[in-house]
Amino acid sequence: MLQRKQTSELERRSGRTAMTDTNLLLIITIAVFVVMYAGAVIFLGAGFLKPQTFFNILNENAALIILFCGMSLVMITGGIDISVGTVTALVCMVCAVHLDYQGGNVFTALLLALGIGLAFGLVQGFLVAYLDIQPFIVTLGGMFFAKGMTTIVNATQFNVQNESFQALKETRLYVPGMGSVNKLGVYVPAYVEIGVVVALAVVVVLFCLLRWIRLGRGFYAVGGSRQSANMLGVNVRRTRFLAHLLCGLLAGTGGFVYFMHVGSGSPSHASGAEMNAIASSIIGGTMLSGGVGNIAGTFFGVLSLSTIKNIVSSLGLDEAWWTNITVAAMICLFLLIQSIVLSRKNKSKA
Amino acid sequence: MAATKNKTPAKAPSESLARRTGSMLSRLVHRQIFIPIAALLVLVVFNLIADPSFFAIKLEQSSAGYPVLSGNLITILDNASELAILAIGMTLVTAASGGQDISVGAMIAIAGSVVLRVLCGTDSQSAALQAPIIVVFLACCAVSMLFDAFNGTLVAYFKIQPMVATLILFTAGRSIAAWINNNELPNVSDPTFGYFGNFIPGVALPTPVFIAATCMILIALALKFTNLGLYTQAVGINPNSLRLNGMDPQRIKFLTYVILGLCAAVAGFIKISRLSTINYSVLAKDIEMDAILAVALGGNSLSGGKFNMASSILGAYVIQFLTMTLFKFNVASSALPAYKAVVVIVLVVLSAPVVREKLSALWKRLKPAKTAKEAN
Repeated sequence: MLQRKQTSELERRSGRTAMTDTNLLLIITIAVFVVMYAGAVIFLGAGFLKPQTFFNILNENAALIILFCGMSLVMITGGIDISVGTVTALVCMVCAVHLDYQGGNVFTALLLALGIGLAFGLVQGFLVAYLDIQPFIVTLGGMFFAKGMTTIVNATQFNVQNESFQALKETRLYVPGMGSVNKLGVYVPAYVEIGVVVALAVVVVLFCLLRWIRLGRGFYAVGGSRQSANMLGVNVRRTRFLAHLLCGLLAGTGGFVYFMHVGSGSPSHASGAEMNAIASSIIGGTMLSGGVGNIAGTFFGVLSLSTIKNIVSSLGLDEAWWTNITVAAMICLFLLIQSIVLSRKNKSKA
Repeated sequence: MAATKNKTPAKAPSESLARRTGSMLSRLVHRQIFIPIAALLVLVVFNLIADPSFFAIKLEQSSAGYPVLSGNLITILDNASELAILAIGMTLVTAASGGQDISVGAMIAIAGSVVLRVLCGTDSQSAALQAPIIVVFLACCAVSMLFDAFNGTLVAYFKIQPMVATLILFTAGRSIAAWINNNELPNVSDPTFGYFGNFIPGVALPTPVFIAATCMILIALALKFTNLGLYTQAVGINPNSLRLNGMDPQRIKFLTYVILGLCAAVAGFIKISRLSTINYSVLAKDIEMDAILAVALGGNSLSGGKFNMASSILGAYVIQFLTMTLFKFNVASSALPAYKAVVVIVLVVLSAPVVREKLSALWKRLKPAKTAKEAN
């Protein structure tokens, strides 16, 4: 740990500042997650020791991981997208209505979900990148629009009855060798849902995109400094547009995965997800000012937030306000860490 | 300021009246306050065409038995009060720190909770007030300013992005509000407390209108007679040059957050007085988004710098006017955001610099054709 910090210190001296910040913050995030989970295993014991507890965290958060990865992409370019939560709700509602009232099948529902996400990404990306309107206001409009449209499509919550969808929802992928024996002495195999596989695939693809692909490096360049990126020959407008487009597409994907997990349409689905997304990205070491961030960090940020919630509820403090206060305290802690990292960087520059 | 900048040199008297009004119009179009005024005008014209009775104001007998004014316009003025008050603080914060405070909704919940806590003491259903109302008001202002001072410290001294720094209280605020009252829902039955959110007997206009007007006069005086406006804009434009001029940019940023805290406290006080009770999770929900929208509709840059207070306040009333118009057309309140979004997007697209340039270029191309026709 210490040694890796020192190497990143060396790399910083050699001039690769943005990436070393990213790495340092990522290492801190992973360390905090590991320490927290280990602490939960040691002090709260049995429940957290079962692999299934960990897999359940993944199952519950698969959709959020996908959404928040999209959000991180936009944040790395220095923008913000606060519409992802309500777009998820809209996707769930449209898919639910499509499956149950219009006799659609799962495949067309998936196409619809992706189409909605893509449409939001296209419009918002165009407005932000080519008309130069502030991303906050554009995506605030998107957020309001999706919120209103959800209730226009259908105002009440209902569970989807479609059989082929039920089959897909209940599909479980068993993880060999990770099961446990329950109280009755029956061996229960550990499982993950399909959404988790999609989420992991998204994380891996985006991780590679950001690290090795020209477009991904462009995201960092634009987020760091638009002017310099422009001088380096990066097409700033197109890059920002593509970031929003990808974010929209991921919001559609995440929406469908969310739909697969809950199996119902409701205007209150994923409410407040946009702020949770910002929180996870911050805990994962992405900075809202752009240019610094990591998809793996976001992944661990989501897991950390969820683990904290699990710990709070297993301590018996399941009142919602305790969760909120611990989450806020955690954001505060990570902000202070980032602030220290930044001020150290400024000092070494001076 | 814009007027002096755009003052054209004295022109020959032979200039046609039409052209002079044209130049006056174009001068108005280029002023910032034009955006909310135009939006308001469009809404007014739309309502006039659709149903002129929208603007009717009647004198009615209130439930307490004295005459009060009622009508859609009065409702708009009344309901937009909190938003207008918040828009004042949000404009200052936006100008100084180039970011927005998203915790104002939670802050209103905290302020409201403090009001009820001090007002009712430990007995949540007490009939008599446990403290004079002025003490209650001062207490909620103090607490709210203290909380926003926390935001201000993070933004000004720790240099954390405003949206991220205020995310902390956005997350925890409503929980803190519930904790202040031990998660109880106190109820105030004393009628005098209700005066601040409803009507004072004998006065025909709702009280929040007067409170909002007082806040506007206060901020207008502060901007006129102190350097608040100048310094706030200077911090937003270039904090370093302000520092080199011997000012402390951090303290000014911090100050704007404390002012926003005060605005949130006043808004919270009105809200609680309206309801005489509290619901921690839905009180003033999403009002932060509307407040930011008001600033943006006023044509202010959300990335800081110059601001126009009157535009922001007008923006708040435009939002309420729009809401009222939609209600008039029987739009369900849960579907409201979709229509709001369309209007917002159209407005920001029209006011985007790129689009404006294109439009004025088009205007210029049309103009010579017109004058040529006149010459013939």
